[in-house]
Amino acid sequence: MAIAIALILLVIGTVLFHFLSPWWFTPIASNWQMMDDTVHVTFWVTGIVFVAVNLFLAYAVIRYRHRAGGEKAHYEPENKKLEWWLTIVTSVGIAAMLAPGLSVWAKFVTVPDEAAEVEVLGQQWNWSYRLPGKDEALGKTDIRFVSIDNPFGMDPGDQAGQDDVLVASPELHLPLDKPVKMLLRSKDVNHQFAVPQFRVKMDVVPGMVTYFWLTPTRTGSFDALCEQLCGMAHFAMRGRVVVDEQKDYDTWLAAQPTFSKTQAELTGNAETGKTLFATCTTCHGAQAEGNRELNAPKLSGQGKWYLAQQLRDFRNGVRGTHENDIYGKQMAPFAAMLADDTAIRDVVEYIASLEEARPPASVLGDPERGKTLYATCANCHGTQGQGIWATNAPRLANMSDWYMQRQMQNFREGIRGKHPQDFRGAQMASMAKVLADEKAISDVLDYVHTL
Amino acid sequence: MAYVAIADRDHEHELHDPQSFIRKYIWSQDHKVIAIQYAVVAIAIGLVALVMSVLMRLQLGFPDTFKLITPDHYYQFITMHGMIMVIYLLTALFLGGFGNYLIPLMLGSRDMVFPYMNMLSFWFYLLAVLVLVAGLFVPGGPTGAGWTLYPPQAILPGTPGATWGIICMLASLAIFIVAFTMGGLNYVTTVLQARCRGMTFMRMPLSVWGIFSASILGLLAFPALFVSAIMMTLDSVVGTSFFLPAVSSMGENLKHSGGSPLLFQHLFWFFGHPEVYIVALPAFGIVSDLLSTHARRNIFGYRMMVWAILAIACLSFVVWAHHMYISGMNPYFGFFFATTTLIIAVPTAIKVYNWVLTIWRGDVHLTVPMLFAIGFIFTFVNGGLTGLFLGNVTVDVPLSGTYFVVAHFHMVMGVSPILVVFGAIYHWYPKITGRMFDERLGKIHFWATFLGTYAIYLPMHYLGILGVPRRYYAYSDSIDFISPSVHIANEWISISAVFVAAVQLIFLFNLVWSYFHGKPAGGNPWRATSLEWQTPDTPPKHGNWGKDLPVVHRWAYDYNVPGAPNDFIPQNQPPDGSVPAGRDHGVKA
Repeated sequence: MAIAIALILLVIGTVLFHFLSPWWFTPIASNWQMMDDTVHVTFWVTGIVFVAVNLFLAYAVIRYRHRAGGEKAHYEPENKKLEWWLTIVTSVGIAAMLAPGLSVWAKFVTVPDEAAEVEVLGQQWNWSYRLPGKDEALGKTDIRFVSIDNPFGMDPGDQAGQDDVLVASPELHLPLDKPVKMLLRSKDVNHQFAVPQFRVKMDVVPGMVTYFWLTPTRTGSFDALCEQLCGMAHFAMRGRVVVDEQKDYDTWLAAQPTFSKTQAELTGNAETGKTLFATCTTCHGAQAEGNRELNAPKLSGQGKWYLAQQLRDFRNGVRGTHENDIYGKQMAPFAAMLADDTAIRDVVEYIASLEEARPPASVLGDPERGKTLYATCANCHGTQGQGIWATNAPRLANMSDWYMQRQMQNFREGIRGKHPQDFRGAQMASMAKVLADEKAISDVLDYVHTL
Repeated sequence: MAYVAIADRDHEHELHDPQSFIRKYIWSQDHKVIAIQYAVVAIAIGLVALVMSVLMRLQLGFPDTFKLITPDHYYQFITMHGMIMVIYLLTALFLGGFGNYLIPLMLGSRDMVFPYMNMLSFWFYLLAVLVLVAGLFVPGGPTGAGWTLYPPQAILPGTPGATWGIICMLASLAIFIVAFTMGGLNYVTTVLQARCRGMTFMRMPLSVWGIFSASILGLLAFPALFVSAIMMTLDSVVGTSFFLPAVSSMGENLKHSGGSPLLFQHLFWFFGHPEVYIVALPAFGIVSDLLSTHARRNIFGYRMMVWAILAIACLSFVVWAHHMYISGMNPYFGFFFATTTLIIAVPTAIKVYNWVLTIWRGDVHLTVPMLFAIGFIFTFVNGGLTGLFLGNVTVDVPLSGTYFVVAHFHMVMGVSPILVVFGAIYHWYPKITGRMFDERLGKIHFWATFLGTYAIYLPMHYLGILGVPRRYYAYSDSIDFISPSVHIANEWISISAVFVAAVQLIFLFNLVWSYFHGKPAGGNPWRATSLEWQTPDTPPKHGNWGKDLPVVHRWAYDYNVPGAPNDFIPQNQPPDGSVPAGRDHGVKA
C-alpha cells in the first residue's frame, strides 16, 4: 500500500517540480524556437503517459493488493484486442512526436544560401575564429602549417587565405538577424561548440569540417561552452559570442587583423627594443632578471608570445585594473608607455635576446607533494614547466617563484582573471582552485625549482 | 546417426561430484558456483565505482569545501565509474551471474553445455577486472577519456592516463570480451540444446528469453568494441592512424594522418547501443518473472512479450548513431536513426503495459522483490520517456551534452536495471543460500534506494534543460546562466548520492547476516512455478536434479488457474484429474 501512495506522491511531486522548478531553457537568442517547440510537444506527450501509466500502476496495486480472504487473481494469458489497441495508440503518439522532430531536422540540414560563413577553430583548451575577407572565401588550411607564427594552420601559398580575418581571441561577434553557417575545425581532439541560448551546436572533430547554422535574433553576450570531453581542462574551455547590431559588428570586424597582416608583423626589432627597455630596467633589472624588493618579476627566458600578450593586456586595461591588484596597477602605466604593438614586439624581442640567470629560490614547501599536485599543471605548462604556447601557458621553470605565488593568490582571490576580456586569466582562475591552500601552492612552486 | 536431444541422453553421463574444496569452490565447473563467483567480483568492483561516484559528487556539490580530487582525478573517476558500472558490473552480473545461475535451473538442465569453458569465462573475467584495477596504479593513473574513450583525446596528452592508463583499459576490455564470448556462446548453446523434455521455446520463462537475447546481442556487438580496442592500441603504441587524423597536439604536429575519429564512434556505438539492451533485456525478463510470481498472476501477453524482446534485440542494431546526432557525422543520417529509435519505443512500451497489466487483476503480494519490481516500472517509465526526447534528433540537439543526458541514462540503465538486480537477488536468495533474507532490512534498502535515486536524478533533468553541461569538474561563476540555484541543486544531489551509496551497506549486511542467521527458506518459499524452485535440494546440488531430469508440461505462468487447487502449478507438474492439462503459453488450443 505504501508503494502505491509513494507512486502517487512521486507523480504529483514530479509534475509540481516540472512547473515550479527555477530551471528551464535560457531565453532563446536564435531562430531555433521550433526546437523548443518540439521539446514542448514531447513534454506534453510523455508527461501524459508518465502520469497515466504510473497512476494506473498505483491504482492497480491498491485495488489488487493481497488481502486475507480477498479475491484471487484473474487468469488471463492475453487479450489480443487490448494489446493491439495499445500498440496502435502508442504508435500514433510516437508518430506525433517524430513528425515535427523530423520536419525541424529538415530545416537544420538545409543551410540557407545567403548564410555567411564563419570558421570556429577549437583546440585544447580555447577557441579562435576565422572569417572570409573581401573575396568572401576562406583560404585553405592544413595541420602541417600550424606553428607558433601560424596558429590557424593557414596555407601561406593560397591567395584566397591572405585576406582571411583571424580572431585570435575566444570572443566572436556576429551580426544580428543575419544567417550564419558555422564551420567547425579542430586542431587536436574532439570538442563541441555550444552556446545554450542558440540551442544548436555541433562537435568539432579533427580531420574534418563540421557545421551548423543559425540566425541570431537578439543582441547580447553569450557564453560558448565546450560540450564534448576534450581532456583535463574541458570544464574551463570557454568562449563568448557577442551578437551586435550591424554597425557595432562592422566596428569590431574592422579591428581584426587579416592573415597577411599577422604574417607581416611576426618579429620585432631587438635594437629598438633595447632603447625601449631602458625604462623597464629600473625595476626588472638590466638583464630582466627581476627584483623582488621592487616587486618586479624575472622576464628573461619567458616566452615572447606570453610577454607580448601580457603587455597588451596591461595596456588595454585587461590586467592591472582590479582595485586590489596593487603591483599590477603599478605596471599598467609603464605598459601604456609602449606606443603600439610594434613597440611591444620590439621590447619583447630584446628581452628574448638577454642571457638568463637562475633566480634564487624563496618559496619553500614539500617538493614531493608538489610533484603530485603538479601533475594537473603539467597538462598546460608542460612536464618540465617549460610553458606551451598552444595552451597559452607561460613558462614556470626558472621564473620568479615569489611572483608566481602572488599571482596564484590573485587568481584564487579573484584579483586576476576577472576582467571580461581576460579569458586566459579566467581559465587559470578556475584551475588555481585545484590547489587547496597556501601550502599546496608552496609545495608546487618548490617542485618547480627542481625542473 | 540420428540426433538425440541432450535431455534424452542424460543417462549416458555420470555425474562427477567434485570432492576437493578447490574443485568445488575455486576451479569449479558448476554453473551455480561460477554464477556466484561472477556476482561477487562484479559487486566488489561495482563498489569501487560507487565510491568513485561519491567522490565526484562531493566535488560537484561542495567544490570549495572538499579538495579531495583534482580535475585529472575527476575525469579518471567518471571514466572508471561509467565503464565499471556498464561492463564490469551490470553486464557481468546479468549474464555471468544471473545467466549462469538461472539458465540451467530454469530450463531443467544439469549444467551449461560447456562447463570447462564456463569456468574459463569466469577466470578471464577476473583477469579483466585485475587488469582494469592495475590501471589505477600505473604511471599517470587510469584513463580519463570518459567511458566512451573517444580518440584522439584518449591517447593524446592533455587527457589523464593517455599513455599507460588507456592501454590497461583497452587490454582489460579485450580480455573481458574473450571472457564474455566464452560465456555467451555457452548461454546461447545451452538454451538451444539443453532444455529438458517439454521445455519448448514458448514455455521458457521470460528471464531466460531476456538473457538468451542479450547473449546473442553481446556475441554480435562486442566484436566491434574488440576491434576498436585493438586499433586504438595500435594507434597509441605503434603509431598507426586508424582513428587519428593529422593533429597538432600541445603545439606539436604529430605524424598521424588520414584516420577518422568518427570511425571509432561508429564502432563504439555499434557495440554501445546494443550494450544498453544487453543490460536491459535480462532486466526486462527477470522483472517479468518477479511481477508474475509476486502478483500471483500469469504474465500478461507472454507471446507479445517474447516478440517484443526479439524486436528490441533486432532494432537495437540499427539505432546506434542516435548517440552521434551532433558528432559531425553526415546530418542526413539523423532522419534514419531518429525513426528507428522511436520505432523501438513501441515494443518497449508494450512491455511496460504488460507489466502493469500483470499487476492489474492480480493478487499482489508486496514482498521485497515485488517492491523493487514496481519501483523498476516507475523508474523505467521515467527513463524510457526521456529517451523519446534524446532519440528524436531535433529534440536531442539542445539537450545533448547536458545533465539531461546524465539523468536519462542513469534512470534507464543505471537505476532501473539495478533495482531489478536487487529485486532478483532478494527473490533468488532463498534458492541460492537456502535461507531467507531479513525482510525489514530489505524494505529499508528498497525505500532508501528508490526514493534516494529519484532525488538524485529528477533535478538533473531540469539542470540539463537549463543547459548545464555534463563532464564538468567545476562550474565557475563565469558561466552567465548558471545561477546560485544550480549550486544548491548540486548540493542536494550530492547529499542524496552519498545517502544512497551509504544505504547499500544495509544490503551487503543483509546478504552476509542472513546467510548465517536467516530463517530456513524451504525449496519454494514464493510458491513459484518455474523449474528452479522445484529442485530436489535447496540450495541445488551439483547436477541440479538428482537422479532424473524434470519433464515440463506447461508454461511458467500458471498462477491462479481456474479450477486448480493451489494458486500455482509448477511447470513440471504432470496433468492429472485435479489440474488442467498443460498449456503452452496459456492459450487455449
